[in-house]
Amino acid sequence: MTALEASGTGKGPVADAKASAAGSTPVTPAQHNARKDNRRKWIEIAIFVGPALLMFLAFVVFPMVMAARYSLYKWDSRQPFELAEFIGLDNYTRALFGGTDPETQEIFWKAYAEPFWNAVGNNAQIIALSMLVQLPIAMLIALVLNRKFPGRSSVRLIIFAPYVLAEVTAGLMWLMLLDPRGPVTQMVQGLGLPTPPQGWLEDPTWGFWTFFFIVSWKYIGLAIILFLAGLAGVPEELQEAASIDGASWWQVQWRINIPLIGPTVRVWAFLSIIGSIQLFDMAWVLNKGGSTNQYATIATLMVDTGTQRNDGGYASALAIIMFIFSMAAALLYLTLVMRRDNAARARKGA
Amino acid sequence: MASMRKASAAVAFAASAALLLAACSSDDAGNDPTDAPTGGESSEEKEPVTLTWWHNSVAGDNGQNDLGDYWQSVADAFTAENPHVTIEIEQIQNEDLQRTRIPLALQSGDAPDLFQAWGGGELATQVESGYLMDLSETLADDVTRLGGSVAPWQYEGSTYGLPFQFGVEGIWYRESLFEEAGITEEPATMAELNEAVQALKDADITPIAVGAADGWPAAHWWYNFALRSCPQDVVASAGTTFDFSDPCWVEAGTQLEEFIGTNPFQDQYISTVAQTGATSSAGLVATGEAAMELMGHWNVFVYEGFTDGSDEAIAALHDDLGWFPMPATEGGAGDPSAALGGGDGFACYVDAPPECAEFLSFIVSDENQAGAAEAAGILPVAPAAAEAVTNPVLVELSQVAGNAAYVQLWLDTSFGTNVGGAMNDGIVGIFAGTGDAQDVVDLMTAAALTQ
Repeated sequence: MTALEASGTGKGPVADAKASAAGSTPVTPAQHNARKDNRRKWIEIAIFVGPALLMFLAFVVFPMVMAARYSLYKWDSRQPFELAEFIGLDNYTRALFGGTDPETQEIFWKAYAEPFWNAVGNNAQIIALSMLVQLPIAMLIALVLNRKFPGRSSVRLIIFAPYVLAEVTAGLMWLMLLDPRGPVTQMVQGLGLPTPPQGWLEDPTWGFWTFFFIVSWKYIGLAIILFLAGLAGVPEELQEAASIDGASWWQVQWRINIPLIGPTVRVWAFLSIIGSIQLFDMAWVLNKGGSTNQYATIATLMVDTGTQRNDGGYASALAIIMFIFSMAAALLYLTLVMRRDNAARARKGA
Repeated sequence: MASMRKASAAVAFAASAALLLAACSSDDAGNDPTDAPTGGESSEEKEPVTLTWWHNSVAGDNGQNDLGDYWQSVADAFTAENPHVTIEIEQIQNEDLQRTRIPLALQSGDAPDLFQAWGGGELATQVESGYLMDLSETLADDVTRLGGSVAPWQYEGSTYGLPFQFGVEGIWYRESLFEEAGITEEPATMAELNEAVQALKDADITPIAVGAADGWPAAHWWYNFALRSCPQDVVASAGTTFDFSDPCWVEAGTQLEEFIGTNPFQDQYISTVAQTGATSSAGLVATGEAAMELMGHWNVFVYEGFTDGSDEAIAALHDDLGWFPMPATEGGAGDPSAALGGGDGFACYVDAPPECAEFLSFIVSDENQAGAAEAAGILPVAPAAAEAVTNPVLVELSQVAGNAAYVQLWLDTSFGTNVGGAMNDGIVGIFAGTGDAQDVVDLMTAAALTQ
């Protein structure tokens, strides 16, 4: 007789008693524990997710539903909402194509649809320029900074500094630099070069480009830091192996580093697109989107009509349109571009 | 330990639930201004009353706040006579006060009892919303005493606020620069103004400064051309009918286009702000870089802000500062002596205690108007206080206002934020060269149709 058998027989009656007790009720000890665990799990979920969910409902979903409601009314936002008048989708048609009434369509187009599409165009241009201008520059700087050289960390710090600066601080700083008699103007004129006839930021043609320069200066640091983080994750062995096989520095970057940080680049592009659609702070600080809307975005137009013109219904409609744009951009990007990354991650997880 | 965590999670849960409820109910609170906790009904004599008072006199860069200090002394004098009244003053920066604080306070139903009111379209919106106390009967004597300047604070025959200062605008200029350019007389017609502009250019002096980046300083040029080309009834009724079909409105823009065509303004005027920094339009005039600026009565204080603050510097500035009304244009149905102006006043919240009206009457009394003119240099509304104005330029300005065929409230204030904002945007378009005279009228008409 083995020790095991001995212990088994020794435990016999007790085990039987338990089994019979269990038999009299439908729940086995294992099932009982599972149900308890399940309940415990749900309580934990409720406790941990509940507050966040309520905050989300209160400060994101609720205002959004209210904005959707306001957008269907003619409402002077200084007046109580009972005085508002229901006008259906008029605010939307006014923004998109100047309303449905042929008599007023021409002036509504000029007063509402034109500024709206101008703002949409500015947003779209900023998205496109981010990909065409910011991405290559940021990538180049990140690749250079990825090499070891003395003073590397201070250079990284300097490049990241604008991103850390508060938007308002940076905006006021640029306003002073670009003042009609400010240092930038004087320096450029001192070199004998022409400056924009109506000033850097307010000139109808130059204003947008100056604005894009400032936005790029502000946000390129984020792209570089993200790319550097991605590059740090590229295994050194791969680069060494390629070098031993005779690949030049450029070939290493082009064939190994850049393809391997693809997921990072795609996440940056996603953040950049959403950020460009919602771009507000800098444009507002510089001069509320410009005196002739030369760098107005949908967000500045919305805040301007809502708080300066007090057209609460129309501003709410712009908010909803902007929400739809952001949502569509996010979903499209997630399904078309990032599906691959997510699928790869899912495979790895499994 | 585990129970501690659970307890704090439960607290967080409850707190967020409370926030959600608060968010849901905020709409209702905003809709019912009558449940505000102001002790209106129980106005038994001598029962303690607290008045809250919001005004826009804040300390400047040099820490001085003459008008704010004077308001405090007025409040102290009132409470000394009425010991049952306590007055709580809050000083709030002008744009914050007008655009954010007052509108939100009125909507929330928890509004200050007495607050700054600029009259015109904004006051009309507040009256329509039922936010303001009707003062027509309680302060009938004051309305008569103060005269026509009260009009912007009236709506459909009733008075909802009283002004403490009112002034007209005109062109401020540096006498020494005019002398340098050989200009001996103040321009009285547009032809003379154009000659003066040319003479200044020949002397290498920037003729006129304008802070077009702020919008409204540029827009005021158009207002003046509109005042000269439109008949009085068309201008006066535009704030209520929003009818801009009279061709005089387009004519105003055409005249402005012609004037801009003579290049009278400083370089990069679209990028120039009105009041902040030495490169602002006021800074250019104060430092003697530009000769003229079209501005309201307050600008003498803005110019003073660019001196070192010493008595001699301010006296020297006053010595060299001249003022003349907007010149007459050729043709046009407007009276050449009509003037544009605006002012500051106070209004009482609809549920404020009756002491609010009493205190408002006290603020605009002849004695306190004269006191405010002496202490803070305001342009009083009460005729009896006119003698308290000593600054020679402001005296001239008051005379022009007194002799004007009529004084029209600033057009943007008169039309309200929506149509007024559309108008200003359109005018800045003319200045920037991206829009024309017809655009201004179209933008105003479109905005009026949406409200």
